[in-house]
Formats: sequence, C-alpha cells, structure tokens
Amino acid sequence: MANVVVQTLLEKFPESVSPAPDFRDEEAVCVAREGLPEVLRFLYADPDTEYRLLEDICGADYPEREKRFEAVYHLYSVKTARHLRLKVGIGEEDPTLPTATGIWKAADWFEREAFDQYGIRFEGHPNLRRILNHEEFVGHPLRKDYPIKGRQKLTRPSNLGWDERKSAGNGGGSDAEAGQPEQMILNIGPAHPTTHGTLRVLARLEGETILEADPEIGYLHRGFEKTAETLTYQQVIPLTDRLNYVSAMMNNVGYCRAVEKLLGIEVSKRVQYIRVIVSELSRIIDHLVCIAANIVDIGALTPYWYCFRERENVYELLEALCGARMTTSYTRIGGLAHDLPDGWVDKCREYIRERVPRGIEETDTLITKNRIFVDRTMGVGAISGEDALNWGFTGPCLRASGVPFDVRKANPYYDYDKFDFDIPVGSNGDTYDRYLVRMEEMRQSLRIIEQALDGLPEGPISIEDRRISLPEKEAVYTKFGALVQHTKLIVDGILPPEGEIYSVTEAANGVLGFYIVSDGTKRPYRIKVRPPCFAIFQALPQLTEGSMIADLIATVGSLNIIAGELDR
Amino acid sequence: MGIETSSILRNTALVEPVDAILNWCREYSCWPYAFGTACCAIEFMAVAASHYDISRFGAEVIRFSPRQADLLVVSGTISEKMAPILKKIYDQICEPKWVMAHGACACSGGIYDNYCTVQGIDTIIPVDVYVPGCPPTPEAFLDGLIKIQKIIEGESIRDPKYCGE
Ligand code: SF4
Repeated sequence: MANVVVQTLLEKFPESVSPAPDFRDEEAVCVAREGLPEVLRFLYADPDTEYRLLEDICGADYPEREKRFEAVYHLYSVKTARHLRLKVGIGEEDPTLPTATGIWKAADWFEREAFDQYGIRFEGHPNLRRILNHEEFVGHPLRKDYPIKGRQKLTRPSNLGWDERKSAGNGGGSDAEAGQPEQMILNIGPAHPTTHGTLRVLARLEGETILEADPEIGYLHRGFEKTAETLTYQQVIPLTDRLNYVSAMMNNVGYCRAVEKLLGIEVSKRVQYIRVIVSELSRIIDHLVCIAANIVDIGALTPYWYCFRERENVYELLEALCGARMTTSYTRIGGLAHDLPDGWVDKCREYIRERVPRGIEETDTLITKNRIFVDRTMGVGAISGEDALNWGFTGPCLRASGVPFDVRKANPYYDYDKFDFDIPVGSNGDTYDRYLVRMEEMRQSLRIIEQALDGLPEGPISIEDRRISLPEKEAVYTKFGALVQHTKLIVDGILPPEGEIYSVTEAANGVLGFYIVSDGTKRPYRIKVRPPCFAIFQALPQLTEGSMIADLIATVGSLNIIAGELDR
Repeated sequence: MGIETSSILRNTALVEPVDAILNWCREYSCWPYAFGTACCAIEFMAVAASHYDISRFGAEVIRFSPRQADLLVVSGTISEKMAPILKKIYDQICEPKWVMAHGACACSGGIYDNYCTVQGIDTIIPVDVYVPGCPPTPEAFLDGLIKIQKIIEGESIRDPKYCGE
C-alpha cells in the first residue's frame, strides 16, 4: 500500500516526477517545476487519492545545491488517511513557481510565507506580499546567509493603505470602489480587545456591513524557525512551549514525537500514556480559555470566572508535574523530564471527576441555551465542510463544519485507538457549532484521561540509549561514567541520521505538524511548524463577508487564534 | 490635577496633604491598559480572573483604550513590527502614567534574540517596574503592581511631570 501513490505518480508523470530518498516510510517525491501544476491538479482530483487538504507549503534553502531553494508541499488525503510530500527544487536566478491557490485556497498564506521568508515567488498568486515581517523589511530572513540578528526597524506603525495592500503581486484586485464616499475602511487592532493583542483586521464597510475583511498578521513573529536552526534538538523544546502557549504540553509532545520519528525510536508505553494525559488536560485548558475569551468578547463576563477557576485547577496539576504553569517543557526526546510525583494520579482523578466537569457543566448551564448567546452566534461565521477543508481547516473548526477528521482517530498514535471516545461534529460550521464542539471535546478528553489513568502502565520514563537520554541527576553527581555521558550529550547533542520527516499530532486547534530536516549534525537544518490556526485565520474574509462588525468579533473569538503559533 | 493647579499649590504648605490624598487615590485605582501580545498576557488574564483577583488591589478596571488608562502593562514579546504601535499607544496615554514591563520578553527580549524581536521595551518607552519571569507567576505580577503603588506613593505635585516641565 505504502507507495502506491508514488508509483502512480512515477508512471503517470515520468518526465516531471522522480523518487525522493526513502526515509522512515514516508511517501515523498521530487517534482520538476514545469510539471507541478499538472501533478497537483491530478492529486487533488484523482478519485483514488483525493488529497483535499493542503497541510503546508514551506521553503528551504540549500546554498550548496545547484537548485538553491526548495518548496515543500505536504498534502493529506482524508479518504486514505495518508500524507504525501512533494519537493520542488528552484534555482536562485529565477526563484519562481506556479501558484497552487487555484486548487487549494489554503495555499494563499503558505505561499506568502515562503515568499516572505525565502523569496520564492509564486506566479499567479492573487496578492503576494510579506506576511510575517513588516513591509519595510529588506531581504528574506530564513535564507541561510541572512544573519540571525539582522534586525530591521519599522519606522511607522504598519499602515499600508487598502490599495497598497490589495495591489501587491500580480494582478491583485485593485479597489476602485474603496474610495467611494459611502464606504469606509475600519482598522481593528492590533491593540483592540478582541484581537487579543496581535491580530489586525482591516474591514471595508458599507454602513456596518462588512464588504471585505482583510487580516494582517505577524505582530508576534518571534523567529522560532530561524532560532531553532541555531539550537540543538533538546534546546528547541522550550521554544515549542511558546508556540501555542495556552496548551504548551501539546507542542512539547508534538515536537518530541517528531524528533523521535527522525531518530527512529519509540518511547515506552508509560511515557505514551502520560503524554496522552497531559495532552488531554491541555486540550481542556485550551478549550476553556477559547470559550471564556470568546464569550467575554461577545459581552458576557460571568462564564469567564467559571472557566478560569477550572483552568487554575488543571494548572495545579501541571505545575506539580513540571514546576511551571504555562511554559512546561515537560517532555524530553525519548521520554519525559520527570515521572509523575507521588499521589498525582489520585489527585488528577479527583480533579477530572469532580472539579473540571463542574466547571464545564456550569458553563454549559450559563451559556448553551442562553438566548443572547444563541442569537449572537447561530449562523454567524458559517462555513461548509468542503470549503473548510479547502482552506486548510483542521481541529474543532473543521469538525464543526461536519467533517469528522481527527488525527487521533485517522492516524492514531500513542494508543489513541485503544481509548473509547467520540469525535463530536457540528452541522452548520458556525460560531455556535464551534462552541458546542469544543464543549463536547472537553467531555471526551475527560473520558480519555480517565481511561489512560486506569491503564497507566509501569515502565521507564526515558529511553535506554546513552546517545539520547541524559542519565539520572543522582548518578551524574556520584558516578564518573554518568558525568561523562551527561557532558557528552549536552556538548555533542543528539545526532540524528540525515533525512527529513513530517510528523503530525492533533493539537487543540487542529493538526500541528513538524517538518524537520536533519543534516546529521546536532542542530536541525530546518524546522517548519505547521500551525493549525494559520490556515484557519486566512479564511476570515470568507467567514465574515456580508456580516456585521459585531459578528466579526464573535467569529474571530471562536476560531481560537493563538498568536504564538500563528506568527511563530 | 491640572498643571496650573499644581503650579499654584507647589509652593504652599498644602503640598503634603494634597500629595497624600492624591497619591492614595491614584495608588488604589490604577486602570491598567493590557498591552498583551503573547504568553504573558494569558497569565495576565489569570491575574484578572477569580483565583488571583486583581480587584483586591484596586486595579480591576482593565481598559483597552489608552485614553482611559494610566498603567501600561506590556505583557509579551514585542516584535519590530509591533514596536511603533507600542510607542504610539504609550504616547496616547495621558499623564500621569506608569509602565510595567511584564515578563522577560518585555524586560529584555527574553529567550528571543533574533531578526524580529525588540530587546526590551525600554529601548522604545520608559519603564517603571520590571517583572521577571517567563511567564511571571501571577504572584510576581501582583508584586510588581504593589511596587508601582509604592512608586505612586512617593510622588509629589512638585515633581516635574506634574508641573509640565
Ligand atoms: S517572557 Fe516568556 S512567557 Fe512571557 S511572552 Fe516572553 S516567552 Fe512568553
């Protein structure tokens, strides 16, 4: 089964498709630039595969190669539950590629990011301009020859006018109407309560009706990917906390799982179960914060107190594990930082049986049938399942539109297939459904935690491999061998084989992917995070077209955009 | 209190009682502007929520308009793209105003030192209190707030900023 798609592609497009090096059983091919549109269209439409979800497009830079740049596409087929990677080499003198926006709308922002960071130009893209860096930025920071500390100041608050924003790139829709007297451009954010500090939306209005909304992001771009290239694999873990900082544990788990795949190792069952427990606890926190913030934005403060009370309870559990509330850094490559402390399991059980459900049910009572809430959210910001998939939606936002795709079920990892839980789906894909899906997911997470606690196996919490796991602290202080091992591992780092992998987990917002390229040294050559909310937020114009300003506020809140993972 | 009144009162025996009353009022009714950009802002939300309850310190009226606030709380990383906006917001807050750099990123850039991050907000605006931590615990935030209150307590209408100098 594994390489059916690759075989088909090789047979069907012998001129443009060539096999990529085989590594860790991933399906990957190299595609020549000329043949790319044809191959992409085929993969999208072919009834056997139906790669309807474009998970990611990213750039990479290999200065020593003849074709210096590479664009990497990650496609996913919900039908066959398989990933496919396409790699396209591009020369430096003419770094252009045909756009994929005509097939997947999701390509829009991913291509802009590859342009911003690497200078790869996508021909035919409707509006190819910078996305993460500011508009006065010169150069492309993720290129290997760009210095990591090459700061560039922005001299004025980012204030591209509507026309400038729209006319970038090739043939973008210029706006003759924008200047008409009855229309106005309203700037919302980034310093606005509902934009949570770092989002910005420009809305073209007629009266209070939104004709077109145009999101601007990048206000929290912190250079995760560039920084990660200068660190060892272990040192990247704390940075992953700060991607989706509301549920840091899940990023820790996602990242370590990716590096473990790169290394070709499997962690013990105990580690897997603990990772499941902390992930699901984090999912609950994430959903609580999302619901609380969404409801505050809509104008109800009370549920916020209830949600945050339970969140504090869960934080108590996490703090007992790793000493930090938010920035956990709890996982290690090949295991965990510490085992569960004494009495933790009982405490956790008590919390998830009594306290957390209480908060969820109280919120439910306050909100779910609340007339004002229902009126404000039902039918607001709706999107169909097909569109949502095309925009690259995953997670609760996709499931609210009726597509029952969840990595935990589709490509189970860590024994998720052994747990008994349901995937809630909505039917209308509106703000209200997104709320309901999140509420139900929290209940399902409680079920998973309960089962994982019951089945928690005994076992080591880190893998027995001197090249990967640090020795016990105790031993480092008392045994010479352990001291040497410790020092060696810290100085030399973990050395994975040369190769590249893409690994996904189901994070609170959807598919969290890590694409890691290793050149065999202790530092990753390239790490690309596939953040779930990046794809989701770009659909905002479609979600809000024709609605009111107040609906935009409700919609943005329900998408749960976390700037840390949006801008990285 | 207007600059003119301050200039009249500053040379009289009333200075001390007026200072005492004004400072007492200001100290326990800070209106924070939550300039939250990143992880630290989530901890700020925790401070404002039920468990830590910032209203015990009189600072629960959180505003998102610089015109209605006097304490600028900068929670989170400031990127180069964000920097001019922070400066603009600061300028828009009326005197008297105080600034708290909440978290390592706001204090010094934190763990980020690269092409897009500002190395501490004090390169852009003046800062009164630095709260370390990544993120600071809610207790640390409250400690910072108390430090701001102490600063306010020590102010006088004789200070140049109240005299328009
Ligand atoms: S100090 Fe730490 S927690 Fe706060 S914004 Fe910076 S990285 Fe996030």
